[in-house]
Amino acid sequence: MIDTVKLIALGLIALIAALAANWGHDISYQVHALIIMAIAAVMFIVQLRRFGSAQPAVDSTGYMDDVIRAGVIATGFWGVVGFLAGVFIAFQLAFPALNFDWGQPFTNFGRLRPLHTSAVIFAFGGNALIMSSFYIVQRTCGARLWGGNLAWFVFWGYQLFIVLAATGYLLGGTQSKEYAEPEWYIDIWLTLVWVAFLAVYLGTIFKRQEKHIYVANWFLLSFIITVAMLHLVNNISIPVSIWGSKSVQVFSGVQDAMVQWWYGHNAVGFFLTAGFLGMMYYFVPKQAGRPVFSYKLSIIHFWALIFLYIWAGPHHLHYTALPDWASTLGMVFSVILWMPSWGGMINGLMTLQGAWDKLRTDPIIRMMVISLAFYGMSTFEGPMMSIRAVNSLSHYTDWTIGHVHSGALGWNGMITFAALYFLTPKLWGKKEMYSMSAINWHFWLATLGIVLYASSMWVTGIMEGLMWREVDAQGFLVNSFADTVSAKFPMYVVRGLGGVLFLAGAIVMVWNMYMTIRGGAPVRVATPSPSQQQAA
Amino acid sequence: MSDNLNKDEVTGVDTTGHVWDGIRELNNPLPRWWLWCFYLTVAWGVVYTIAYPAWPLINGATSGFLGYSTRANVAADIEAVDAQNAEVAAQLAAADLSTLSADDPAYHYGVAGGAAVFRANCSQCHGSGAAGAVGYPNLLDNDWLWGGSLEAIEATVRHGVRNDTDDDARYSEMPAFGEILERDEITALAEYVLALSNQEHDAALAATATELFVDNCSSCHGEEAEGMYDLGAPRLSDAITLYGNSRDAVIETITNARFGVMPAWGPRLDEAEIKAVTLYVHQLGGGE
Ligand code: HEC
Ligand code: HEC
Ligand code: HEM
Ligand code: HEM
Repeated sequence: MIDTVKLIALGLIALIAALAANWGHDISYQVHALIIMAIAAVMFIVQLRRFGSAQPAVDSTGYMDDVIRAGVIATGFWGVVGFLAGVFIAFQLAFPALNFDWGQPFTNFGRLRPLHTSAVIFAFGGNALIMSSFYIVQRTCGARLWGGNLAWFVFWGYQLFIVLAATGYLLGGTQSKEYAEPEWYIDIWLTLVWVAFLAVYLGTIFKRQEKHIYVANWFLLSFIITVAMLHLVNNISIPVSIWGSKSVQVFSGVQDAMVQWWYGHNAVGFFLTAGFLGMMYYFVPKQAGRPVFSYKLSIIHFWALIFLYIWAGPHHLHYTALPDWASTLGMVFSVILWMPSWGGMINGLMTLQGAWDKLRTDPIIRMMVISLAFYGMSTFEGPMMSIRAVNSLSHYTDWTIGHVHSGALGWNGMITFAALYFLTPKLWGKKEMYSMSAINWHFWLATLGIVLYASSMWVTGIMEGLMWREVDAQGFLVNSFADTVSAKFPMYVVRGLGGVLFLAGAIVMVWNMYMTIRGGAPVRVATPSPSQQQAA
Repeated sequence: MSDNLNKDEVTGVDTTGHVWDGIRELNNPLPRWWLWCFYLTVAWGVVYTIAYPAWPLINGATSGFLGYSTRANVAADIEAVDAQNAEVAAQLAAADLSTLSADDPAYHYGVAGGAAVFRANCSQCHGSGAAGAVGYPNLLDNDWLWGGSLEAIEATVRHGVRNDTDDDARYSEMPAFGEILERDEITALAEYVLALSNQEHDAALAATATELFVDNCSSCHGEEAEGMYDLGAPRLSDAITLYGNSRDAVIETITNARFGVMPAWGPRLDEAEIKAVTLYVHQLGGGE
């Protein structure tokens, strides 16, 4: 019976997608309809061949780790894709000829830039967050993921979201809101996937066998809930036609800008900060084999962080049409956010108390330390840049780009690499990573890459800001915009090289993961089941 | 639970007693310095929001006791600069450029201000050094399309070229000869044009086009191909070109014509700014 329903549903989806491809008003919509049609058709055929045959029983006693293994691979894959896109657009800025004529309009900077930001934040970061939250919630609750195959729906649904978003950008389908570029139907799809994610996560927490909820789970839960809220509000729009990708925002003018940056800043706050802090709170104590430094600090900084972040968005709109009062509030909340942010860094670093010697021997711990250091640095830099007087220099310049990437490469990148190195051997039942010295290489390549990236962007950012505002005695501008662009050229090249190093490190990591997964027979059972763990 | 389960052996600090997947938590207090810094930022925040516009009310927001406003600040800055320059700017606006002496303060002000106007408004097309680009004339040399006297430059800047927003815009239209002449005639004319400026060319072919040129082209480009300011027709007898002097570029121009457009600046710049940028362009090297 259920098989028949599935078949009918898949057939209908394929049919509607075919109609949509036929009636679609624009190429991005049509290609998406074809992708969906192809997926539904393939699933239809698979379902048909399975029809009536008994399903092999799934062992549902232990932890559900298949989906996490898939997530680990996806994280590595999208990481390389996203960094590659970053390196390419970095060189496009240095050498505009790389906007090849034959690739227009698909491969120009304007279309590849959102491809980069979405690939690194949502594909690389998002997969890292989903897979590690699945891992962490099971371990710290002593319970198998709730909802059976729903976790697989989350995984594949999210990959589909990524593919639709990325192809959409290349084909010109975008609603032009930074970090929220995908058009309305992709937004609706993501909403479904995200609600399923929340359900799996909450369901697992509800059936936990531990009395208390571990701090990593507070952070991950706040990340999932807040991102859902941000996504819903920022994407309120009305499609021009259900047969086309274009939609019109409901908010307009400065309200739209404020909603966008309320979203944008909290994407930073909850996606790139709270979620990754959740990862940090699990992987750092595990890898160091030490207790978390302070329970009190974790409570206080958690609540302070989530309360304060929500108000800080207006610092992206200083000196714009936004009224002064909103800009002041954004700035004040950002500065107050400094210490709560540092709470996470302190708790992470001090957890290493008693394990500092591992810094010499364990490159994974070293990655975690560098990650926390960059987290601390960008959360000091951020509040400073929120101060109106500083922002009047930094805004619109490469300084912002430097800030972004010291956080993104340093904090998000490094903690994710550490998590992947932690998880790969565990999930595939290996003693350790295939090559420790490759991890060391990765560490140095990535660190050097970040240093080149961040320092070159600080130099150009401040130079550019100063050149823009330079006036002579009579109040006339001294530089033309093109002068500032050409002055940045050498630093653009340095940044690109930094990106190459960072990318090279990631490729070494993927190779190392591959060798680990391929190599040798499992040396021990990957994951004890909850009941075994209880007994232990 | 036993006592030693609740104590961390390495640091001797109590734990909370919870264990998750082997992870425990120490019961350390909040670091003092952290707490004080946090209080400090909160206290600063409270004071700051009293001093500056901050809290939304039903109609508007608190304005803060310092009376701060970004808009007022910027207006005051602009006003200060305007006031400082008011006198000399007024002199420039009223001046007759052709008689303005190079020793006059208004002249210096004009050249400096014109350079700034140029960087902000003209460099996108003419290049920040005014050296031009394909289709956008070089303003450093004395090869002019519409004339290089102060008066001519001022008219070009004020009204623009071939735009449809200014009725007095400079206008002319080279016909697209692809619809008028044969292909081989155009090829021959191209050789002729290359010959005019002593480029590498096919002399025999060029010679066949002498008459074609007189019939079709000299009405605008002049008997000697010296160009004509009234029609913005470029001088073809020198190697300085607007669209490049490759054979292909010349054939393209003759076949399809070009129709370069420049916006009118009269509605965008004020009187003093137009005069300033005129003085600036004029003294770049090619002014007549
Ligand atoms: C949108 C591009 C654009 C901008 C901006 C622009 N120009 Fe032009 N300008 C042109 C083009 C194109 C021509 C040549 C038109 C033609 O083919 O006759 C031109 C011609 C001129 C000429 C005539 C040159 C000659 O040889 O006679 C002068 C002078 C000039 N521009 C000055 C300026 C100044 C001063 C500004 C800034 C206030 C400016 N332009 C801004 C495109 C531009
Ligand atoms: C109605 C006047 C007119 C006639 C007739 C005319 N031209 Fe032109 N020509 C122009 C103008 C005006 C330009 C400037 C380009 C533009 O903006 O269209 C130009 C530009 C050119 C250029 C490009 C110069 C450069 O600096 O790149 C060439 C070459 C040229 N003409 C050749 C010819 C030839 C050959 C003929 C005869 C077959 C011809 N023109 C007839 C008005 C004319
Ligand atoms: C190989 C590494 C990387 C390189 C070379 C790189 C390069 C770039 C470049 C050239 C830009 C455009 C800057 C501009 O418009 O001036 C950019 C933007 C951006 N990148 Fe990266 N990037 C890399 C990795 C990452 C990672 C790992 C993340 C996030 C996890 C990230 C997040 C972003 C974001 C958010 C922006 C937009 C910034 C803004 O609009 O202010 N990047 N990147
Ligand atoms: C307390 C913490 C932080 C504060 C107060 C803060 C503040 C700021 C400010 C003031 C800007 C510049 C806005 C502008 O002038 O346009 C900015 C930009 C940005 N920051 Fe932060 N930041 C913080 C932490 C972080 C972290 C940890 C990350 C990433 C991991 C990050 C990612 C970004 C991104 C992506 C942008 C660019 C947004 C854009 O314009 O596209 N920030 N931040």
